[in-house]
Amino acid sequence: MSDATVAWLIHYQSRLALHTLRASEAGHPLLLLHGLGERSPSALPAPFEAWPGSVYGLDFTGHGRSDLAPGGGYTAEILMGDADVAVAHLGSVTVCGRGLGAYVALMLAGGRARSVRGAILCDGPGLAGGGPQPSSPRIIHPDPAAVGTPDAFALAELSSDVRPPDYAMSYVRQAMHLGPLERPITVCAKHRPEWLEAVVATTDTEEASLTEALDYYASARPTEESDAFGRHA
Amino acid sequence: MPSPLLLETERRFAEYPGAESPMRQRKVSSNGVGIAVSEWGDETAPPVLLAHGGFDFAATFSVFAPILARAGMRVVAFDQRGHGDSDHAKLYSWGADLRDTLAVLDSVSHAPIPIIGHSKGGSLLTQFAQAYPHRVSHLINIDGMPSRRRHPDVSNHERSKLLDKELVAWLDHRRRSAELVRKPGELEDLARRRGRMNPRLEHAWLCYLVTRGARRDTDGWRWKIDPSMRMGGFGPWSPNWELQRLPGLTPPLLGILAVIPEQLGWETRERDLRPYLPRGTEIISFEKSGHFVHIEFPQEVARSVLDFLS
Repeated sequence: MSDATVAWLIHYQSRLALHTLRASEAGHPLLLLHGLGERSPSALPAPFEAWPGSVYGLDFTGHGRSDLAPGGGYTAEILMGDADVAVAHLGSVTVCGRGLGAYVALMLAGGRARSVRGAILCDGPGLAGGGPQPSSPRIIHPDPAAVGTPDAFALAELSSDVRPPDYAMSYVRQAMHLGPLERPITVCAKHRPEWLEAVVATTDTEEASLTEALDYYASARPTEESDAFGRHA
Repeated sequence: MPSPLLLETERRFAEYPGAESPMRQRKVSSNGVGIAVSEWGDETAPPVLLAHGGFDFAATFSVFAPILARAGMRVVAFDQRGHGDSDHAKLYSWGADLRDTLAVLDSVSHAPIPIIGHSKGGSLLTQFAQAYPHRVSHLINIDGMPSRRRHPDVSNHERSKLLDKELVAWLDHRRRSAELVRKPGELEDLARRRGRMNPRLEHAWLCYLVTRGARRDTDGWRWKIDPSMRMGGFGPWSPNWELQRLPGLTPPLLGILAVIPEQLGWETRERDLRPYLPRGTEIISFEKSGHFVHIEFPQEVARSVLDFLS
């Protein structure tokens, strides 16, 4: 069953589905970003029940109930733009991503640093992308008979995009320098492709369980308001 | 395509010395995205493919292409997605441009043919030749050889330039993108605006380009290019990746370099390229040209191309 209600957001020519998994007046919202080929859950998953505020799930372009992009052209940067359109709608959020969504969550935490109250990076499909170096140049031919979501172009393009560690680190730096929290990024993923290994290797990026991470970001206050909040147990 | 709505006072801009309208125009579907194709020359003549640079369109070859056509070639140029008369797509990427290139080439020849690209188009076709070496007989790259210096008309430029201002500006642009429209103006205003990015090109030429690359709306002329596209940007990309692949290139390579630096140029120098060039590569440096070598010196570039192909 699904209690989710859907808000339709516009990113350029694409209509994106933002699912309300729980509405609450308390705290700030949590935004869930799914992995490659996945879609937003239609009901609140158990691990997020303890979150005090609203919980939303976004379907990326080419996924779930969001629009396809005929002829493809998918990039992780465009998906960051998808997530940012949700931030424009929701205001300041904590973001939690799986796989590809974890990579996008990191980018969002750097790209829209002042509006992201923590990014939680979890295991999921599409975490590694195409690796740290470009593969041999190639022209992909997704299944022309494929219909609906997930878009065959999205599956092909977002599993082969290059994710260099120093590129990922430039987003970490933005998040650290400009974000409102002392610990802007928490890594829950066990799988550590090179970009994520580099993120973990920075001293300011914490490793924690999902429960710990959610607990921390639910109560973390922006550094301007409280210099004193310390490491959450 | 020439605008059918030229005012009497604007008709003079539709002509430019040596410029010829394409003899044939058609559209090719690249997985549903319509790619506009322009052709000059006899349809049965040996074909050659042209790819324009970022923010340009096929009609920027209106002087260069007819010279090759008169020399006995079927010259096929296409507008990249979002540019010129091609469809505006929902998404743009390097991979999508490569697919669109293949769709156009498939509509021309399955045998290997010469391909010529300027700037971003040169870089694109270099990668095409690496992905599909069996489809390329010769590669001619006009001021689009990789450089460690700058790469301004490619959406992914150097990672070190990934700055907060840039990221926020890009995200703000994406948030607004559904409402964006190109700024309208008089025909000559558009030419002057373009002149700021093309300071070495004649006003009359830029006016001619407006009649091809812009359209007249009720409130004035607008460039046809997708308003969601913008210069610069960011992404995971390094010129070293392109340089390191260069030695393995299959088809014979002619690299044409512009020596006079300008805003949109890449400032690639032969000495920087030399260690990476496949044996037999020809490099011709145009000492007196800026980035748009085939526009500043169409006869000379065409002669270099024809000599190389023979």
